[in-house]
Amino acid sequence: MKTILFIIQKEFKQIFRDKSMLQLIFILPILQLLILSNAATFDVKNIAITFVDNDQSRESRDLINAFKASTYFKVTAPHFSEKEAVEEMQKGKTDIIVNIPVHFNRDLQKDQKASISVSINAIDAATAGVENVYVTQILNSYNQNIQMQSKYFSENKEVPQNIMVIPSFWYNNTLNYKTFMVPGILVLLVTMLTLFLSSMNIVREKELGTLEQINVTPIKKYQFIIGKLFPFWVLGLVILTVGLVISKVVFNVPMLGNIFLVYGFTSVYLLLILGFGLYISNHTETQQQAMFIAWFFMVIFILMSGLFTPIESMPKWAQSLTLLNPIRYFVEFIRMVLLKGSGFYEVLPNLLIVTGFAVFVNGMAVWSYKKSN
Amino acid sequence: MEREKIISVKNLTKEFGHFTAVKGISFDVYKGEIFGFLGANGAGKTTAMKMLIGISNPTSGEANVAGFDVHSQADMVKKSIGYMSQKFSMYDDLTIKENITFFGGIYGLSRIEIKQKIAQLIEELELQEVANNLVGSLPLGWKQKLSFSVALLHEPKIVFLDEPTGGVDPITRRQFWEMIYTQAYKGTTIFVTTHYMDEAEYCDRVSIMVDGSIEALDTPKNLKEQFKVDSMNDVFLKLARNIE
Repeated sequence: MKTILFIIQKEFKQIFRDKSMLQLIFILPILQLLILSNAATFDVKNIAITFVDNDQSRESRDLINAFKASTYFKVTAPHFSEKEAVEEMQKGKTDIIVNIPVHFNRDLQKDQKASISVSINAIDAATAGVENVYVTQILNSYNQNIQMQSKYFSENKEVPQNIMVIPSFWYNNTLNYKTFMVPGILVLLVTMLTLFLSSMNIVREKELGTLEQINVTPIKKYQFIIGKLFPFWVLGLVILTVGLVISKVVFNVPMLGNIFLVYGFTSVYLLLILGFGLYISNHTETQQQAMFIAWFFMVIFILMSGLFTPIESMPKWAQSLTLLNPIRYFVEFIRMVLLKGSGFYEVLPNLLIVTGFAVFVNGMAVWSYKKSN
Repeated sequence: MEREKIISVKNLTKEFGHFTAVKGISFDVYKGEIFGFLGANGAGKTTAMKMLIGISNPTSGEANVAGFDVHSQADMVKKSIGYMSQKFSMYDDLTIKENITFFGGIYGLSRIEIKQKIAQLIEELELQEVANNLVGSLPLGWKQKLSFSVALLHEPKIVFLDEPTGGVDPITRRQFWEMIYTQAYKGTTIFVTTHYMDEAEYCDRVSIMVDGSIEALDTPKNLKEQFKVDSMNDVFLKLARNIE
């Protein structure tokens, strides 16, 4: 125990000695939380749309004005030929081309029916789907009689007017993205910071040659590892605290559940991440290697965490892979506790899984740490 | 009178894949002697030494250091020895006092003992003015002397020095050897590797390793007589040349 205290004392001294590193540890996550939470939104806004107005009538100009009035669209200068407009799309200057045919006005007057063609850039299919809905809504509210022939997919759906849908959104009734994203991003930051710091820490001593000096001392493996990782465990909890304060004060994220539950879960979760970092450290010779491997896993963990894309919409095999992703369990957990107010028994499965992983990973890490070879 | 053996090595071998770095060496080191462990670069000195200090497992053979087997009782061996590597291995971002505290601490010294050691060490090495400076800012010679002192913190029976004077000026080397003599006089066994043949002359006995085997082992005086030359330098050259 006494030996461990000496190591912890030394580690903290080294962390606090490096002032620039200390600033990075604390300021970067805060900046990231502030910036990412505002930027990582799923709202589709500022859609560039262009018109090919072959009709040049009052009606067609009214229609264009209806789009101009919408905050979702940014209407660019009209074109006179489809070819010109397509070139714009190729250059990436517009995402939607609306082609208003000749006699649009006349058909509408005479037949009570007119059709226009809409081409949507569907490279990002999810965005294209949303854009399609927006365009349809504006067209419908402008005139029920316009038939839209969407080129990216055509459906002739008549919405019966006597049914009205009143959606009710649970847990996040204002549909605030930040409420949804902030806790998740906080999880990422805590994970990244502790994983990177712990994976580089021991390998750094390898590089400097000090690890060899440690290995010729009678120190026990567990003493060294606990002493090494404890400071980062504390650091992780400090970052979590800073992040929670920002979430509350800046983003007004609701915190319905028990905050001690959050700390309890994070304490176990950090053991898992630190053990993983240590494992990386044991199997690498330089800080670059460690950093590279840590990043490799981090990117997979982030993209498959369900933070940015719902796990339910992933293919089956990918869904199975996410079962191995620690971030997934933490993201799920923190959303449940903060936003839904879930209690201990509801999050118990997540806690058990993370505990199991932590035991396994730390077992591997301690086993693979060798004082001699 | 039979002298007490403190290191006893029998057929110690280390293989890395198909390459045999140390080929079944055998030798004894007696308590209180300064034992020079010589050899050209790549001769296997460092590998052999790493087996003796318990951070490299022998492929075969036995080694007994301070009464303990290096393989099965590595932690007991580690308690009885001090080690100074050829690469400076204290923490550059900690002060002299902090480094001593840390290494004293992991060798199990109490806080009071550590305090005494710090005071004593700083006095002996005349480091009063820089005691609170970062170790990284010290000149190399001072660092080496400090490393040596730190390797002795827990008063080990044997201290292993791996090329302790590499890159150090002649005056500091001289002072360094004075420290070694003082320590040997107190009864500590010194096991030292070096490239400097003048340093070999300072040792009680030297072994010369060539290509993974020990080719010669005796006092410097006897070795010079055996090879009919005037200096250890010539002994070394003669041995190395024979092999080529």
